[in-house]
Amino acid sequence: MKHSNILVPDTGHREFLLGNEAIVRGALEAGVNFASTYPGTPSSEIGNVLFYIAKKAGIYFEFSTNEKVAMETSAAAAASGLRAMVFFKHVGLNVAADAFMSTAYIGTKGGLVIITADDPSMHSSQNEQDNRYYAQISGMPMIEPSSAQEMKDFIKYAFELSEKIGMPVLFRTTTRVNHVRGIVEYGPLGEKRGKGYFEKEPSTHVPLPSNARRMHRELLDRLEKARNEANHSPINRIELHGGKIGIITSGASYNYVADVIEHKGINANILKLGLTYPFPDELVREFIKSVDKVIIVEELEPYLEQNTRVIAQRLGIDVPIYGKMNGYFPRIYEYDPDIVKSALSVILNKKYTGKTVKAKDLELPPRPPVLCPGCPHRATYYAAMMALKQLKIKDAIITNDIGCYTLGVQKPYEMADYLLCMGSSIGTAVGFSKATNQKVIGFVGDSTFFHSAIPGLIDAYHNEANMVYVILDNRTTAMTGHQPHPGLPVNGLGEKAPYVDIEKLVRGIGIDFVKTVDPYDVNATIKLFKEAITHNGISVIISKRECALLWDARRRKQNEWWVYEINQDKCTQCGICSDWLACAAIFKKKAEGGKTRMYINDALCDGCGVCATVCPFNAIDKKVIK
Amino acid sequence: MKTGIVFAGVGGQGVLTASSIIGVAALKAGINVVMSEVHGMAQRGGVVVTEMNIGDAKSPLVGNGEADIIVGFEPVEAYRVLRKAHPGAYVIVNIEPIVPISASLGNQKYPDVSELLSNMQEVSVYPVEATEIARKLGNIITTNIVMLGALSSIPEFPVPKESVIDAIKEKFPPKYHNLNIQAFENGADALSAVFH
Repeated sequence: MKHSNILVPDTGHREFLLGNEAIVRGALEAGVNFASTYPGTPSSEIGNVLFYIAKKAGIYFEFSTNEKVAMETSAAAAASGLRAMVFFKHVGLNVAADAFMSTAYIGTKGGLVIITADDPSMHSSQNEQDNRYYAQISGMPMIEPSSAQEMKDFIKYAFELSEKIGMPVLFRTTTRVNHVRGIVEYGPLGEKRGKGYFEKEPSTHVPLPSNARRMHRELLDRLEKARNEANHSPINRIELHGGKIGIITSGASYNYVADVIEHKGINANILKLGLTYPFPDELVREFIKSVDKVIIVEELEPYLEQNTRVIAQRLGIDVPIYGKMNGYFPRIYEYDPDIVKSALSVILNKKYTGKTVKAKDLELPPRPPVLCPGCPHRATYYAAMMALKQLKIKDAIITNDIGCYTLGVQKPYEMADYLLCMGSSIGTAVGFSKATNQKVIGFVGDSTFFHSAIPGLIDAYHNEANMVYVILDNRTTAMTGHQPHPGLPVNGLGEKAPYVDIEKLVRGIGIDFVKTVDPYDVNATIKLFKEAITHNGISVIISKRECALLWDARRRKQNEWWVYEINQDKCTQCGICSDWLACAAIFKKKAEGGKTRMYINDALCDGCGVCATVCPFNAIDKKVIK
Repeated sequence: MKTGIVFAGVGGQGVLTASSIIGVAALKAGINVVMSEVHGMAQRGGVVVTEMNIGDAKSPLVGNGEADIIVGFEPVEAYRVLRKAHPGAYVIVNIEPIVPISASLGNQKYPDVSELLSNMQEVSVYPVEATEIARKLGNIITTNIVMLGALSSIPEFPVPKESVIDAIKEKFPPKYHNLNIQAFENGADALSAVFH
């Protein structure tokens, strides 16, 4: 899809949209004025689309420094009477949680929608926490969409609900809704409100204990209004198919349930829930009274199931309930059609699973994600590894952080020993440097550094930690799809913006050993690592080189392309490029005569030339493609 | 009626681009389509799989034994998703391997392509020299469009060829139209003799 297609004004227009793109359309139809985020998979494309269209659409949009800041900026915009949307991945809500909890108490004037994109199966996350419990812990209404169309429609509904009951709404998605593409039919674009006006009223905006006590009571009153809404909401609907089996489901699971019962001809009624907190108690009560069997299909925690069981117990409704609390469905990882088919086969005592082909169990080489060919992080890790080898240090503790560079954990680099969360590389490095006598090296990306490593670096300086801290400055937020950050001269609206100079910032803290290096200059980088590692106190290396994908895209556009190839006459198969630099484009193959030879895959090579730099035999040559 | 398709390949081969072109083509032809993709860390060199149901479906995922067509951009990756196919399904395979780092570091062997193909039993296997066709066209980056040409030549593929070409034109700037349409036609020609 062209980004501008999201702005097509025609009602009834149809586009093949990613769930995240549909969210933007929904926000436009709701007349959103303000949006903020910190990028995180699977929510990132919402920001990518806004980056291209916000200015044109007359929306203020920012890539905030982190999720907490994003939450705060949007809360203030909504307090000024505007419609505001803040979005991040599930663990981003942990970062934003302090501000998030207070917004539930304070409530909102303009519509405020908070999107949490959960990641069951952890496609690109460190955990698969079920953020539906954040609705319960904060007391904030929650909406769960199932499809790209619902992403659009429910966002609009979420804004209306938020203003109707005067509180923020949590919009909970998962990877298989964010990253689904489907056909979305447009509605009319909404009216925007221009600038907001904040009416000063500290008793309702400042949660001093005396105010907060009253606010909590008011929050419970608002929740009762919201519960009434949930019981009558058009997004909580019953699909009748006859029979006495009832299935309660929400989110991505609904799609698998709907397809399996249709394609397998199962007579089951579905209660499809879209507004799941406050729990629609009356609706669920009537539904479970109308059937002989209740089956609950939801990913991760038994949120719907616990609430349904409470209703059944409280009202003495004697109906068997099949879910994950009695072992019929798994409590971990995302669902798919096979999981739903297998569970229904057991519960309904019929065989719904189909025939698959029999394929011999060949041993296939695994292909985990790897640093891209040309990735500057590979060069940095190679240099760090070589420096440690030359200094004969074997037990250095490497703290790492969240980004593509976490893949430095892989062989041969093995540059990640400990990792907790965004920004943890620095706090944990301080801890290890105080708790042990081992050398400590921390790695952090540029965007993650701004996100949450600066307070830790201040801690390291103030408490005199003895460590090396490496800031991998690839001039973008690469892993989530190349969003700008405060170190770049561009903002979320695509305008020129003042930027923060990382080296000056580190010096401003008071740290003296701060040096910037280009990691493609491998020898200089190895030398700098050795200097930093032997330095007493804190040393900071800024390894600065643009993400290879951005460099590649620019050269492709200009039709300037070259790759590297191995000169088989000079190559001695020493293994430095393949086994130590370990570029993903370099591979070994048996050549004629049974001898193993090195090759470079021309489909993957991006022409960075680092292999040619490290080759001791000058056996790797540049080849220009015309 | 629905047609389940699984696209499998390696990051950098354009698997996501190719599958979303098919999605747009289905929309243009007025056919329902729903598709799932996974985005994440390090975009090149890792496994990429997208799943798609065209027709009467809500689920973006294809169950085991429910794929009618597998589009394998790389031989090992085609084999890895074979369980998705039902007996009799079409499996189109680009026969040029991309050897993963696990195999080039030496601890794992990359199997012979002929061994992989001969073990794909109970399905109809159609090998295509897609990377080589693209290389001959002068731009290896069009491998994915060659594969779309091959896919579109399958008689049961529900999206009309014209819609796929329209979607390709919409995807790329005009100066790349000829190259991509040529890649598409060459991919279609590679299999048309088999199917017609």
